[in-house]
Amino acid sequence: MLKFTEDHEWLRIEGDIATVGITYYAQDQLGDLVFVELPAPGATPEKGAAAAVVESVKAASDVYAPVSGEITEINQAIVDEPALVNRDPMGKGWFFKIKISDPSQLDPLLDEKAYQAMIA
Amino acid sequence: MSEARQPIPLLRTPLHKFHVERGARLVPFAGYEMPVQYPTGILTEHLHTRAAAGLFDVSHMGQIAARPVSGQLEDAARALERLVPIDVIGLAHGRQRYALLTNEAGGVLDDVMVANRGDHLLLVVNAACKAADLAHLRQHLGKACKIDPLPDRALIALQGPLAQAALAGLAPGVAAMHFMEVRPVSILGADCEISRSGYTGEDGFEISVAADRAEPLARALCEDSSVMPIGLGARDTLRLEAGLCLYGSDLDSTTTPVMAALEWTIPKVRRAGGSRAGGFLGAEVVLRQLSEGAPRRRVGLQVEGRAPVRGGAKLYVDEISANTIGLVTSGGFAPTAQAPIAMGYVDNELVTAGQRIFAEVRGKRIALRICDLPFVAHRYKHN
Repeated sequence: MLKFTEDHEWLRIEGDIATVGITYYAQDQLGDLVFVELPAPGATPEKGAAAAVVESVKAASDVYAPVSGEITEINQAIVDEPALVNRDPMGKGWFFKIKISDPSQLDPLLDEKAYQAMIA
Repeated sequence: MSEARQPIPLLRTPLHKFHVERGARLVPFAGYEMPVQYPTGILTEHLHTRAAAGLFDVSHMGQIAARPVSGQLEDAARALERLVPIDVIGLAHGRQRYALLTNEAGGVLDDVMVANRGDHLLLVVNAACKAADLAHLRQHLGKACKIDPLPDRALIALQGPLAQAALAGLAPGVAAMHFMEVRPVSILGADCEISRSGYTGEDGFEISVAADRAEPLARALCEDSSVMPIGLGARDTLRLEAGLCLYGSDLDSTTTPVMAALEWTIPKVRRAGGSRAGGFLGAEVVLRQLSEGAPRRRVGLQVEGRAPVRGGAKLYVDEISANTIGLVTSGGFAPTAQAPIAMGYVDNELVTAGQRIFAEVRGKRIALRICDLPFVAHRYKHN
């Protein structure tokens, strides 16, 4: 199941684990990324808290935890090569996996159609 | 019914249509709608300028003519020397110099280019300072000079190792010009004023052209396959690597030429013992700092690790102390240097060249080393 936030993150939900990244639109707006900072595995961000940082040539931006939970895995590849997020934001450019603590937080998320309508 | 608040309308340069057609992302900058980047992106634009040639619309900058009321250029030069600690009188016809407009406290009001155009002096000033500079020049030079802003002229910079070849295709004479030379050149039937200078550290030109002739000129230059239009984003990373100051970030009315490490702009003739020593606003402060040093100083900062350290980050002598020793004024990822770099001001008493200090970024202390400027060597055409 693929969901989106109004902050331009995507979540691919499998069971109680969500893989999180930023959308094509988000990476395009940010421009060339040169630095990514990810949360530590085991961290437990609350929904809406800054969980990761991305920096383009121009500026730094926060990536928020789209749901509360525990970080189970991070994608070291984008730390080593931030441009991967620009090249493949919905695939190899994923950020982290989070174990969802409150499934009801998924309810207000957007489906792909609603997200595409929002950025159109 | 409430009235919607109308934002102040942004000004557009004569190349606005050119930018839109090329898919530029336009942002407000100093009251203008300016391209921050084209679809190629800042990294590509930056690297292309260092490898080939980049075309920059800098028409937002102010062009101001100072014409001597007496008809004698030396009278205008003598008057302008009251506002800038450079040798204007000794500036030859067809040459330009970088100059700092100072205030009574020795602070920098603007950093500008001053060219000798034979019958007048031509100043190129920062967009955000245009109105204040104009008022300042009129207030102090009004008796000696007629001060004329030139709003009907566009300014196009062509920068990079292939800039000469691209421009010489339209105006062969430019190949013979040297760094900081200025001359009138006809391009595509338009009267242009060309200087061999720029804001990237690369060889290149700045072309002043009538507003209505700017677009055909930009299009003709971009027909050369080595020329790519470049936005303000890459202009900023290029100038940072070249160690060049951005007014409003690295320079302001509280920084003096000595604090800014720009004392090289002040020649012997305007220093203590020179035949025209002092005689500019704030001279007492500036001449004293030239001999005794300034309390703080602009330095280059080489960042350890990969996290960019940006303007506004506070500097500390170690990883724990609470007392700041300075402030980062510009910083970011350097595409040519392939590392984060920064410039900032540090307390002169507390640090030495090469010292390892720390910046605070998102609550963490990041190590950086005080280094020489520029980060990327200048490649001006001196000979």
